[in-house]
Amino acid sequence: MGNRCAVIGVGQTHYTTKRRDVSIAGLVREAAVRALEDAGLTFKDIDAVVVGKAPDLFEGVMMPEAYLADALGAAGKPMMRVHTAGSVGGSTALVGASLIQGGVHDRVLVVAFEKQSESNATWALSTHLPFSASLVVGAGGYFAPHIREYIRRTGAPEHIGHLVAVKDRLNALKNPYAHLKIPGIDLKMVESTPMLWEPIRYLDTCPSSDGACAMVLSSESAVTGTPAWLHGTAMRSEPIFRADRDTVSPQAGKDCAADVYRQAGVTDPRRQIDVAEVYVPFSWYEPMWLENLGFAADSEGWKLTESGATALDGDTPWNASGGVLSSNPIGASGLIRFAEAALQVRGMAGEHQVDGARLALGHAYGGGAQFFAMWIVGREKP
Amino acid sequence: MPSEPLVAEHILEFPGGYARTTGPVIGRFLTELRGGRIVGVRTAEGKVLVPPLEYDPASGEAVTEEFVEVGPAGTVTAWAWVDEPRGGHPLDRPFAWATIKLDGADTALVHAVDAGNAKALRIGSRVWPVWRSERTGHITDISYFAPEVTKIVSPVRAEYRLQVGGSLLTFLEGVERGVFLGGRCPSCEKVYVPYRVFCPACGGPIADQLELPDTGTITTYAINNLPDPRAPEVPFVSAYILLDGADIPMIALVGGVPAHEVRQGMRVRAEWVPEGERTKSMANVRWFAPTGEPDVEL
Repeated sequence: MGNRCAVIGVGQTHYTTKRRDVSIAGLVREAAVRALEDAGLTFKDIDAVVVGKAPDLFEGVMMPEAYLADALGAAGKPMMRVHTAGSVGGSTALVGASLIQGGVHDRVLVVAFEKQSESNATWALSTHLPFSASLVVGAGGYFAPHIREYIRRTGAPEHIGHLVAVKDRLNALKNPYAHLKIPGIDLKMVESTPMLWEPIRYLDTCPSSDGACAMVLSSESAVTGTPAWLHGTAMRSEPIFRADRDTVSPQAGKDCAADVYRQAGVTDPRRQIDVAEVYVPFSWYEPMWLENLGFAADSEGWKLTESGATALDGDTPWNASGGVLSSNPIGASGLIRFAEAALQVRGMAGEHQVDGARLALGHAYGGGAQFFAMWIVGREKP
Repeated sequence: MPSEPLVAEHILEFPGGYARTTGPVIGRFLTELRGGRIVGVRTAEGKVLVPPLEYDPASGEAVTEEFVEVGPAGTVTAWAWVDEPRGGHPLDRPFAWATIKLDGADTALVHAVDAGNAKALRIGSRVWPVWRSERTGHITDISYFAPEVTKIVSPVRAEYRLQVGGSLLTFLEGVERGVFLGGRCPSCEKVYVPYRVFCPACGGPIADQLELPDTGTITTYAINNLPDPRAPEVPFVSAYILLDGADIPMIALVGGVPAHEVRQGMRVRAEWVPEGERTKSMANVRWFAPTGEPDVEL
């Protein structure tokens, strides 16, 4: 895994439908400054900057990293852009970490953002090129058939997805940065919302958010403040069009998890990982990823969800922050998972802190569930 | 009693308009407006009145001779929305009458605010004057006030000329003839449709074409409740259809069956448009419709 690396600063904007008061540069700056303040540092202390975001078509700003260099104090420093669809936030953290693990830099600022209010993600993801036979309407239209197949294979009852939709929004009420705050949300409310892409109802989906997240990553010798130590980092991808591809539980996800667990010495993720921040943009992806990530045996993920094990007071809390279902600035959503995992092991997650969390998983996936990024962070040095 | 009231139009208008002297205080204000500036006058007590008055309404004393440039921006202190502007109004679209306290002034000025809609205004909104290009020394030298610029519309448009690649062209030429062309990877033996020239799993070339039947099995599907121009109605079913002999499903519309009667494992066949209407396009396949055969075990 290379040299030791730690998260020493985390900064987030409040996630909301429309940040009308700031430019894109102002938005990323806000997160970056907060991360630096958390680390007790300034832009002067940063060696390199890594920026991540989802497709440029979302804001219509081509190569935004060039325009954002000034806002991120990157003049005269190495700066790069990462893009791996929805998993980009996670990949951004891992590219930044690799610069420290490889001994190239001592302090790297990683920043990811999306300002979804500048256009419409469903439009940007469904541009309908001529000659293409695709009949997919946005992300929900793409993922709905795979959720249906999960339900067929496992016999999961219909309300499982809704349980996740409720649980994550209850967690969001404890997170000051979360976008969706729905006091009194319950199963009945979720079930009464419109069916969009069967079996996905409106409240089974993530919101469209504006927001940015940033982290300061550090080598062992340059640590300030309270570190979260990296115990494992892994990325995997797979071709979206491949015969026999398992779209319900992609091989790349399993391989990525196996790699990150091996590095961190995790053999029983459900018992050893105290809290997981997992990319769940549609509620059913919680039981699906519980299986893909080895927290539950095949076909058993939904039972874990149903038992309440993944709730904030369960034995294996998932998305204590409210997750992607509660805040979704797409490009930043993966980085938020990684940052929330770090906050948990630093003991700085506030009202949604999982008591005594020592080891946490951050997870992101993207594209047609073909890109995966994961890290495991711990309170102690690896 | 007469059956109809007796009515006539009458216009009272002094020909050419009244010739009104302004006096030095109001005259200065209007002269400054003509120059594109807004000024107030200071009272003996030190307040800045905008628009200037000749005599301080609080004390009745004459104001001082000190004029102070204010604004040009100000803050809305109260407003009323006008949904249907009248002929004499400064704007021909819905607007607000507002009292605006210009920066540096102690009193508020009444003027029109072009805010687009009532929701865009609140007490405390910042507004800026929009000036008339030909100014004459009149309060209408300011056409109206407008909210601060917080948003721009940024059109982005790229025009492409897309040429279909070789493998997709081969596939679409097949579709024009009413057949689906696929290819078998010589090393992993998987059959890909639409036809492609390399295997996404092993990377090896795919040279051989093969014709696949237009029948297959629905592996999974979505019932879409959001409208789409390519679908005839809502809800519509987009399904993964594994053509017989293929190893990878195609996504296509399912028709000829109510959405909620579609099943995983259902057998379907392509419904082609009549031969004379076919082009090199997947639009040749109207949709896949059930064959009536027993479902396949998945």
